[in-house]
Amino acid sequence: MIPQAFDYYAPTSVADALRLLRQHGDDAKLLAGGHSLLPIMKLRLSTPQCLIDLGRIAELRFIGEADDGSLAIGAMSTYHDIKNSALVQARVPALAEAAGEVGDVQVQNKGTIGGSLAHADPAGDFPALALALNFELVTATARSGRTIAIDRFFRDLLTTALRPNEILTEIHIPALPAGTGVSYQKLPNKASHYAVVGVAAAITVGDDGVCTEARIGVTGAGATAVRARNTERILKGKHIDAAVIRRAAKRAAANIEDLNDDLHASAEYREHLTTVFAARAIEEALSRAG
Amino acid sequence: MPNEITVTVNGTRHTSSVEPRTLLVHYLRDELGLTGTHVGCDTSQCGACTVVVDGAAVKSCTVLAVQADGSEVTTIEGLAQDGELHPVQEGFWEEHGLQCGFCTPGIIMTLHQVLDEQPDPSEEEIRHSLAGNICRCTGYQNIVKAAQFAAQRMQE
Repeated sequence: MIPQAFDYYAPTSVADALRLLRQHGDDAKLLAGGHSLLPIMKLRLSTPQCLIDLGRIAELRFIGEADDGSLAIGAMSTYHDIKNSALVQARVPALAEAAGEVGDVQVQNKGTIGGSLAHADPAGDFPALALALNFELVTATARSGRTIAIDRFFRDLLTTALRPNEILTEIHIPALPAGTGVSYQKLPNKASHYAVVGVAAAITVGDDGVCTEARIGVTGAGATAVRARNTERILKGKHIDAAVIRRAAKRAAANIEDLNDDLHASAEYREHLTTVFAARAIEEALSRAG
Repeated sequence: MPNEITVTVNGTRHTSSVEPRTLLVHYLRDELGLTGTHVGCDTSQCGACTVVVDGAAVKSCTVLAVQADGSEVTTIEGLAQDGELHPVQEGFWEEHGLQCGFCTPGIIMTLHQVLDEQPDPSEEEIRHSLAGNICRCTGYQNIVKAAQFAAQRMQE
């Protein structure tokens, strides 16, 4: 399988990439790691006239700290970078761990955090983590840029709040409140390792053992990754025990309309998986909280 | 519009004019004649096309040749030195790590990076690291043994 012919540009700065994007408009697609885009181009499901490769823009590949103390990850940082970053391991160990569960070694070498979010594959792993960890997405346009809250980012199947002239440049992950535990649990597809269903949970427990904050992100179940708000509501304000987890997890798919139904899993099975993996993620997050 | 690329493959510099849509695996096989890198599933799942680009194992059916411009690429043909097998190759030989051999070059190239980063992996780490390489013959047992053999040999 070979993609339809296209022109290829490899800018070395964000400014040059934005210029190319403005020049080529709707004919252009941005290429990050390419592990979502190239497969659909080989199937001719996507036939851009022009690819703008962000792979040679050094300023997009870094892991550090933002001015406000949040963890800052350049959009072109690979899963391999994230998995092996001492800073990520220290600040959000569950994110480093999850990066090591994306695809496989080879995919982790090419796939990027920015590509995963901007592509918004309904079965991507990081969209669920992004929702649970409250990512802030920093973008650039030729004029300026903006910060998009993750809760306003995923719009529909493979559709995000990014505009055609906008490039996702970095991801900020706010410092987790004391007493927060995070976990990501998924059923991987046996060949691709995409999440048939995946659930990320970030749970904060106070000194008195009461849950003060819960963010649950679900991927693989619907057209986009979503927060399981019913589950979050049940957890918040309670001493979380086995009975509360059972009750909360049962509602994890409650606000997902049109569950995915394909050769990998029926809608009914996905609904069941969502409750099972929500329970596992909550349990592990809880064991890491406090 | 063809692009000119310069890629160092197994230590030899090649400058070629390629269509941007040329996949790295086709560049290696058809342009350079290095057919040890195989095309299996062609959908970035089976790992038969794995090569090492700048130290990182990648599935060359999902990388454009133009993305490798300026890079150092190592394929299975570049591992043996002066007729001496690379320790990972020796492991597959000694432990009977293959039957039909179709997936073997890809697995060896993945292990090349894995053992580079983690010289003393546990059995579980070896198995996890091979998640992106599918073998239909061996049941993986002897592949894991081959990796363990290689790890030990590389530490000697």
